[in-house]
Amino acid sequence: MYRYDEFDHDFVQARVAEFTDQVERRLSGDITEDQFRPLRLMNGVYLQLHAYMLRIAVPYGTLNSKQMRMLGHIARKYDKGYGHFTTRQNIQFNWPALSDIPAILADLASVEMHAIQTSGNCIRNVTADHFAGAAADEVADPRPYAEILRQWSSVHPEFSFLPRKFKIAVTGAERDRAAIQTHDIGLHLKKNAAGELGFAVYVGGGQGRTPMVARKIRDFLPEADLLSYCTAILRVYNLYGRRDNKYKARIKILVHETGVEEITRQIEAEWQELKDAELKLPEADIEAINAYFAPPTLANRPEGDDLLKQARLDSKNFSQWLDQNVVTHRHPDYAAVTISLKGIGEVPGDATDSQMEAVADIAEKYAFDELRVSHEQNLILPHVARADLKAVYDALVEIGLATANSNLISDIISCPGLDYCALATARSIPIAQEISQRFASLERQREIGELKLKISGCINACGHHHVGHIGILGVEKKGSELYQVTLGGSADENTSVGEIIGRGFSSEEITDAIEQIVDTYLGLRLNPSERFIDAYRRVGPAPFKEALYAGETKAA
Amino acid sequence: MKVLTANRLSDGIAVWYADGGWAETVGHADLAHDKAAEDRLEAIGAAAYANNEVVDVNLIDVEMVDGLVEPVRLREKIRAAGPTIRTDLGKQASPEAIGA
Repeated sequence: MYRYDEFDHDFVQARVAEFTDQVERRLSGDITEDQFRPLRLMNGVYLQLHAYMLRIAVPYGTLNSKQMRMLGHIARKYDKGYGHFTTRQNIQFNWPALSDIPAILADLASVEMHAIQTSGNCIRNVTADHFAGAAADEVADPRPYAEILRQWSSVHPEFSFLPRKFKIAVTGAERDRAAIQTHDIGLHLKKNAAGELGFAVYVGGGQGRTPMVARKIRDFLPEADLLSYCTAILRVYNLYGRRDNKYKARIKILVHETGVEEITRQIEAEWQELKDAELKLPEADIEAINAYFAPPTLANRPEGDDLLKQARLDSKNFSQWLDQNVVTHRHPDYAAVTISLKGIGEVPGDATDSQMEAVADIAEKYAFDELRVSHEQNLILPHVARADLKAVYDALVEIGLATANSNLISDIISCPGLDYCALATARSIPIAQEISQRFASLERQREIGELKLKISGCINACGHHHVGHIGILGVEKKGSELYQVTLGGSADENTSVGEIIGRGFSSEEITDAIEQIVDTYLGLRLNPSERFIDAYRRVGPAPFKEALYAGETKAA
Repeated sequence: MKVLTANRLSDGIAVWYADGGWAETVGHADLAHDKAAEDRLEAIGAAAYANNEVVDVNLIDVEMVDGLVEPVRLREKIRAAGPTIRTDLGKQASPEAIGA
């Protein structure tokens, strides 16, 4: 995986020194909160309900065991023994003292990590398919391009004060696991008829209070033009994006208000000025970055098939975990493993210090030292020999991380909500926990099949509720928490925004309502292979509305 | 009825103005019963902000429950207690401190 070069190393060290000085000056009163606030945000430090929060970048979700151990160390030494993995493939700590943050950043820098650009109106952490480099269906590893974008966008002088934050995601497969159409720029790495690599380019996706699916503005952009084209997009956005209203400042609003044809014309015109100049990517540079992401040498391990056959017979739990949390690898003797951070009744995305360390040990021993954070708030071991899967499973059982629920109803994305977040209007974690407990039976979850349930505690939609097959949005109404349900959203290659099904539900009612929706689906699906989202797209909202609200209409 | 709340600059911990200083629990916060008292608390908050003691200073609605000050809004109740899903963390982790 990517290693810092000298430039990266010096840059991060210089930033730690700079921010350390800024924190000291703030604590001594030499600079005011108004002066300090933008500086701390540029370094990932927020103020939440109970304390400061530090958001640490995990570029394209890729970590090695040393880095994961350091996160465990930070959780233990400076925080309260746990961290929260986020939908942007990052990690947040909920309780750091401002006075400790310089020391935390110094510790992070020692393992080539930082918190730069995890907040503020700049280009944020570039995200990628969490199975990148391992997936059997991938055209090429998207991470080298995410890394090129990271280098280009880090403290980019022109793009450090955009109208609003800006998020880029890259996938290297037709099956989109990076939710690229919900991003400001979504890049789909693909090959053209001549076998050359390039990108389909999507612009203007986003969630928040105005959810929009990104529009494809180019079907094939040659890889060498990646930076010039992205610069053209950012330049048009920076010039014309609205700065008069924070809620209309994202590029999705600009695309919507300008119209996709006109904005494409503007971007293409800007690009004509840039495309043959210094931003053209030299082949040697692409190769050099690619070399950093050279896959591990995967020796043939054909003994896995027989071992797994026997282990399946020995343990039903292991067999279910194999079915649910293990996916096909490009090498037939290997697999990619999802480590669920969604234990029944647990906090989605949370991991303790000792779990982080144990996962690091597993990655080091069985997974070529590689880990990923997925935008669905799980951890991934991208390369595990099938022959080692039982050993990995046993090690995960020991630390309580072997829940076999990947892509099932209890694999819930949830934002921190009102339990932690200063912006939240309702709690989201307790709702996730209650739904997870209601559907605790794995047999029942597997009977239901793939179902993406996502919960946000406010309209900013950090919990991706708009693109949940079932989405839940918590709001405050007359002093109480109220939960609105949307159905039919999805965040894959067929991205759609869910529709509000009707009046909201109280915290006491919401789990029953979700159960009613699920039971309605089970009653109307054509067969068990018709997923919830497919059934919803076939029948629409009517049967679900009927199930949820018919009694009320009759009573009225 | 209102009290003055903020987060401490050095560690971000939620605090409430009580008895001439900043307390880590809300129970005995100084109450403002009228506009004049609110103005006085606001002035204290502005001065503490200017003096780099606290950030995010706000007046919040409260009521008295069993002789202790309790915030009205859920958001402020959670700030005063800790995450509802981790009762081992935040102020609620040491109930004797809350009642103190």
